[in-house]
Amino acid sequence: MSKIEIRELSKRFDKGKKHIEALQNIDLTVSQGEFVCILGPSGCGKTTLLRILANLEKPSKGKVTIHSKHNSQQPIQSMVFQENGVIPWLTVEENVAFGLKMRHTPEKFTKKQTEYYISKVGLADFRKLYPKELSGGMKQRVSIARAFANDPEILLMDEPFAALDEQNKFILQEELLNIWQETRKTVLFITHSIDEALLLSDRILLMSAQPGKIVKDIRLNIPRPRTIEQVRSKPEITRIFLEIWEHLQHEVKQTRLIKTAMEE
Amino acid sequence: MNINRLIKKINPQQVITISSPLLLLLLWEICSNTGVLDARFFPPPTLIIQTMFSLGESGELFSHISISLTRILLGFLLGVIPAICIGLLMGMYKYFRHFFSPIVMIFMPIPTLAMLPIILILFGIGEFSKMITIAISVFFPVVINTAAGVANIDRIYLDVAKNYQANAKDFFLKIALPGALPVMLEGIQMGQAIALLTIVAAEMIGATSGIGYLIWMNYKAFLLPEMYVGLILISFFGYLFSLLLRGLERKLLPWK
Repeated sequence: MSKIEIRELSKRFDKGKKHIEALQNIDLTVSQGEFVCILGPSGCGKTTLLRILANLEKPSKGKVTIHSKHNSQQPIQSMVFQENGVIPWLTVEENVAFGLKMRHTPEKFTKKQTEYYISKVGLADFRKLYPKELSGGMKQRVSIARAFANDPEILLMDEPFAALDEQNKFILQEELLNIWQETRKTVLFITHSIDEALLLSDRILLMSAQPGKIVKDIRLNIPRPRTIEQVRSKPEITRIFLEIWEHLQHEVKQTRLIKTAMEE
Repeated sequence: MNINRLIKKINPQQVITISSPLLLLLLWEICSNTGVLDARFFPPPTLIIQTMFSLGESGELFSHISISLTRILLGFLLGVIPAICIGLLMGMYKYFRHFFSPIVMIFMPIPTLAMLPIILILFGIGEFSKMITIAISVFFPVVINTAAGVANIDRIYLDVAKNYQANAKDFFLKIALPGALPVMLEGIQMGQAIALLTIVAAEMIGATSGIGYLIWMNYKAFLLPEMYVGLILISFFGYLFSLLLRGLERKLLPWK
């Protein structure tokens, strides 16, 4: 069953006389319950794609359809932001409850949902703290808990772990997988880390830069639950890694060539 | 034993903080008693304090203080409340911003005291005109800081609010207001300082009561110790108000 359908989607940003083709003719279908990673060099428009799905940006052309369950009280999508998406003047608890409070769900439900996901991400002892008192990893836990507590049909994640150190990243990735396996929500996850994509996703979409296009669609049939050790050691995964690596190398070089050509 | 414990309790930083004004007062006392300073113009602090007590006994002092404080408080509220409302609207809606900002910019550079004649013509010489004077002078720093506070809220929180479907009311109460509060409170601090400056000057020009009047009348009568009492009161209340506001800030911004 398809959950998200994107047809001939383009996005152009006009900056004075210059315009940037952020996305060009994106065609994509994502199935219900799929964990999709979008991988690409920085500036390839992957965040723009996500922001369009998150309703924070309007497409210039094309159509995005999200098939939601009928008569459902569930929100269609919730986003986990890059970093600093946690609101500093709300406590951990209030941040996690934010989506539910904004939707004015029954208090009992809000409380239950909030409690559940706070303890799920291991922040039960920190619920009354403000974000300034938390480490970067803890803040991203709050961000993830907030999105899951809101119980959306689709989760959109915009490089949520990019600012974290390696150890914290591994821990949070595994925690994310644990929570996801419980709910099996459709996830669109943006990253520039190949390891991360291999560990998390059912499907990796490779993007090229300027104009942003999807150039490769890789389906992973690696059994779950996965661990970072497996991802690092299995030969077939290494093969996919190299394939993606080569492609990205090529992309980055290409963009650099175009840039220098344009400057000359 | 007890003394030792007392000494241990004393924080060297606090000692230094208290020592500088005390030292200044001591120096003043000595200079004025030994004739280094002319005691007619710089009466010794001990004499000023004595004068303060004798003024206090007659009750006259308290009526001046309470009149000034009432003017400050009501004038302050009269300026701060509309300033916060308009500032929030300016910060949140660009049409409001474009509409109000020229008006704010035109009137801001005019010192409120220069407008006093007009205020007196419009509102007479009663209490209300003094409150209006304070209100106007407080209004500008608060309105500008409030608008800037809202405008400077990190865009990502606006995205979060939108993504999590906050309605207009929730957006205002959960994002705009608390997000703007730190900068807004800075504006209120500034406004508080300006309110004190303004009330004293306004009372010097067009009043028959209040701390400013006390200072001005006693200067004209060459009762300098009495004049100094007024000055000390101003300094005391200025300090008290900024302590109170800082306390309020700590209460309102536990997340800072």
